[in-house]
Amino acid sequence: MAWLVIVYLGSLAVLLVSALWSTDTFTGALVRTFTADNIVRVVTDTVFRAATLRTIGVALAVTVICIALAVPLALYMAKVASPRVRLALVVAVTTPLWASYLVKAYAWRMLLSGQGPLAWVAGYTPGYGLVATVLTLAYLWLPYMVIPVFAAFERVPNTLIDASSDLGASGWATLRTVMAPLVFPGIAAGSIFTFSLSMGDYIAVTIVGGKTQMLGNIIYGQLVTANNQPLAAALSLIPLVAIVGYLLAMRRTGALENI
Amino acid sequence: MSTTTRRLGITLAACAALVAACSSSTNSGGGTASPTKQEPLASIGAGEGQLNLVSWPGYAEDGSNDPKVDWVHPFEQETGCKVNIKIGNTSDEMVQLMRTGQYDGVSASGDATLRLIYAGDVAPVNTDLVPNYATISDFLKNKEWNSVDGQMFGIPHGWGANLLMYNTDVVKDAPDSWGAVFPGAPEYKGKVTAYDSPIYIADAALYLSKAKPELGIKNPYALTSEQLDAATELLKAQHGNIGEYWSDYTKAVQAFESSTSVIGTSWQVIANMLTSDDKVKIATVLPKEGSTGWSDTWMLASKATHPNCMYKWMDYITSPKVNAAVAEYFGEAPAQTKACEFTTDKNFCATYHATDADYAMQISYWTTPQKKCVDGSGDNCTAYSEWVDKWQQIKG
Repeated sequence: MAWLVIVYLGSLAVLLVSALWSTDTFTGALVRTFTADNIVRVVTDTVFRAATLRTIGVALAVTVICIALAVPLALYMAKVASPRVRLALVVAVTTPLWASYLVKAYAWRMLLSGQGPLAWVAGYTPGYGLVATVLTLAYLWLPYMVIPVFAAFERVPNTLIDASSDLGASGWATLRTVMAPLVFPGIAAGSIFTFSLSMGDYIAVTIVGGKTQMLGNIIYGQLVTANNQPLAAALSLIPLVAIVGYLLAMRRTGALENI
Repeated sequence: MSTTTRRLGITLAACAALVAACSSSTNSGGGTASPTKQEPLASIGAGEGQLNLVSWPGYAEDGSNDPKVDWVHPFEQETGCKVNIKIGNTSDEMVQLMRTGQYDGVSASGDATLRLIYAGDVAPVNTDLVPNYATISDFLKNKEWNSVDGQMFGIPHGWGANLLMYNTDVVKDAPDSWGAVFPGAPEYKGKVTAYDSPIYIADAALYLSKAKPELGIKNPYALTSEQLDAATELLKAQHGNIGEYWSDYTKAVQAFESSTSVIGTSWQVIANMLTSDDKVKIATVLPKEGSTGWSDTWMLASKATHPNCMYKWMDYITSPKVNAAVAEYFGEAPAQTKACEFTTDKNFCATYHATDADYAMQISYWTTPQKKCVDGSGDNCTAYSEWVDKWQQIKG
């Protein structure tokens, strides 16, 4: 366990240290002298800032949509559905995880196409762009939100709900005051998945995103296209800081205590 | 929890300090500023029994994609060199792979070749040892992307031009200029497409070299800062009309078929697929300003462990029958002039203008932009890393 941690953190440390290096623009080889240029550039360049805000926005939007969809579904699965229906729903929710990421993303590309099913049925499609990216990512990560929330709802004893209604609380009040605090850690766990997966994603946006780019694409561009590994390492500090910030915020709410 | 956290923190700090200490004093420039001083091989010896290649998809087919498409196994039987293929999806991936020194050869496009040459990763090639080189099209020999001071650094494989393709039902007036997509007519807003790579900036520069001669652009890959900025402004204007960019050619096919894109840069192979699918009516044109394109070269690694097998491969892949098979499968013009007799489609070479030197001359082949201008006009040009930054700014 300790070795795993050392290897993981060690390689992360090496990556982050390389952010302080630069490259020889002619040959692309690493120049291992310390310079803070990359960090300064990451903080001040408008393109990076715009992409960061866009990516964080997408990650938050995906998280909110997943929560909005997962909580009612998980509640139904855990508390209302009969065992047979519950099993069927669990299978239905987890089956897409067996399908390849690319297959699902391309399926959404077909769906949202100007001449695709959505346009035919509803007469309108958002087309390819940021909205399509948010929808696709929300679809891709939904199982990761449903499962922890479902588990959390299952752990709420039915006796508590009965007691609450015995004491006169309406269904909505029970949900709000009794179940929500108990389920919140599960929602937080699911949201960590959706937030961090969306922060780093760079594939869905190339398939359904039209001409937009996210932070992952910029990092990929600097690393593979420009062969500028130090700048890519410096850019990867942004999602790292964002996710650490998110985790600390979750910890503040006490959500990580009871997972 | 706090002891563990402290221990983890110390480990992290220790690793970082170790790396920092080992690095702060050295300034390893890595590659040399000029090509390797290696001498080209004088003669080919016996095959070493193995060959490790980095290749574009479709160039080294061994039957795993389509059992009928296989020219690797016949090579293995002929020469006894067992071929291991590593597919490179982009030129930049290929440059990184070759830097590891674990491969014997690579099929490099012009935007990878110079980086490989100047990093010392590839060796000069003795073209006398490759009999099929003699009958390769002359207009591919001793070009700025595959040779230095008259010394060839590889064997040409095939080439193609980026074309302007448009949906004939939507675009009524046949365009004849890149101005149709730079910046793009307002009626096609949201339906223009372009190639998703920083090298596409050269396309804008090529258009500007004819549309705005006062900028003084002579070679679209040798751009000063002002010229690069002008091309960037044009591309930012185009960005407003773009629906989506493409790098995967099957995505481009699908985009045109679903009318997500109606006009933009394309390849002959994409046009052929659309024509055979027949879901949309398209037409292609090589605009009057000329076009960018690619010219691929098989290169030998400077630290190759199997150089003899690599020379045999370079001769094999440019032999008439094999070069014809590759060119037809991939959809590009073969470098080998005699290949035209062996294509299954008798009009293949005509469609691809394979032996048309004038057509080939109108193409500005992909070359890696560098500080030292690639056309030899000075030292004040912009390097590829700046192009990448501009490209990311254009996409916003």
